[in-house]
Amino acid sequence: MSQPTVADTRRLCSKPQDLTDAYGPPSNFLEIDVFDPQTVGVGRTRYTVYKVRMRTNLPIFKLKDSCVTRRYSDFEWLKTELERDSKIVVPPLPGKALKRQLPFRGDEGIFEDSFIEERRVGLEQFINRIAGHPLAQNERCLHMFLQEESIDRNYIPGKV
Amino acid sequence: MSFFGFGQSADIDIVLNDADTRKKAEHKSEDGRKDKYFLFYDGETVAGKVNVNLKYPGKRLEHNGIKIEFVGQIELYYDRGNHHEFVSLVKDLARPGELTQSQSFDFEFTHVEKPYESYTGQNVKLRYFLRATVGRRLNDISKELDIVVHTLSTYPELNSSIKMEVGIEDCLHIEFEYNKSKYHLKDVIVGKIYFLLVRIKIKHMEIDIIKRETTGTGPNVYHENDTIAKYEIMDGAPVRGESIPIRLFLAGYELTPTMRDVNKKFSVRYYLNLVLIDEEERRYFKQQEITLWRKGDIVRKSMSHQAAIASQRFESSSHPEKSPTQEIEENS
Repeated sequence: MSQPTVADTRRLCSKPQDLTDAYGPPSNFLEIDVFDPQTVGVGRTRYTVYKVRMRTNLPIFKLKDSCVTRRYSDFEWLKTELERDSKIVVPPLPGKALKRQLPFRGDEGIFEDSFIEERRVGLEQFINRIAGHPLAQNERCLHMFLQEESIDRNYIPGKV
Repeated sequence: MSFFGFGQSADIDIVLNDADTRKKAEHKSEDGRKDKYFLFYDGETVAGKVNVNLKYPGKRLEHNGIKIEFVGQIELYYDRGNHHEFVSLVKDLARPGELTQSQSFDFEFTHVEKPYESYTGQNVKLRYFLRATVGRRLNDISKELDIVVHTLSTYPELNSSIKMEVGIEDCLHIEFEYNKSKYHLKDVIVGKIYFLLVRIKIKHMEIDIIKRETTGTGPNVYHENDTIAKYEIMDGAPVRGESIPIRLFLAGYELTPTMRDVNKKFSVRYYLNLVLIDEEERRYFKQQEITLWRKGDIVRKSMSHQAAIASQRFESSSHPEKSPTQEIEENS
């Protein structure tokens, strides 16, 4: 007589993991810090710059440890380049804060400490999100932004 | 005569001969309700009685003929007027005349072909039913009895595993394996995901079962996708060399067998979707079609004559499943 059959649910055979793979540093290490905001210039031409430091072990990046100085409009430039050249939905930047640039404010406007900190956090989130995107990593503009001392706005856009 | 409600009318009742013994199966209707209907298989005979009960005893009922039909039809929701009948059988029960009292008529549709499984979907419905009609001059009296048909299959001779290496160049390479390509509705998907290269920050991984219902032909093809199941198989970040097991029991989900190009009108196909989600909510996925089939419950017990004929079209399992064995190590 037929007995109730139990489905075979045993795991498939798999290779044991190499211990250096299991306990070694992961291949996906990518950390970008946006820090040390400094005001440069005088009077009405003042602006804030931030240090952007990247540490990574991804082979697509030439330098494993790089540090550059960037301002808000440089981040805007990067966003525009990526929106035009890649098929990615680019994450949003922290706001432009045009209101803060109007005169007769009671506070420091765009040089207010709390605003700079808020912007710093937003820029850090933005750059980490975009740098981790496999398609963005193919774009020359991202590499130039993160690892070259200055951004050449006349560069030839293209893939890495 | 029935204008002012004084004319004779009748109620029709269709009763199957094996109503006591025949199994019923649950089937979801268009509005989502689950009802039970008599279950039939291909080749089985459909036999019973049509009871015509006069409303006003003593009064005559004039009619243009009494008949019973067995119909199998496909109805596309966007084209409700047109029913595509792929099975249509008629038996005349009474010639035009009159009934002086309530009467019962026997009928038998012998070894009826029921080539497709009953299906109620998002845009299409395939159903089988008996319809008894008392024809009259102005308006017919009719009654329908829906039945459910299941199509059974045998264990497929060829049931290779699915094993593939996929990925994004220099970012993510995985090898996925599913133990079979054809699963029955109460089967278990056993598989594994092996990570060859992980240069993205993965947060978790899941496997989804997607049902795709395709209706229409040529330029008017319409796909309706429905995620039947989402099953998380990994939480956390894997590294190279890691193997993640999959064990997904299908019996818990509402699935139908795979239906390919039924009467050239519609298809129902199933896909396994392996989805990896990284820390920025980006989704990486790989879809793979699987074939689902219905295994018969027919066991080697004493069978009714009808079931014996029906089962000649499909054998019960010739490859009994292995039960898991455990090795016990003896420490001497």
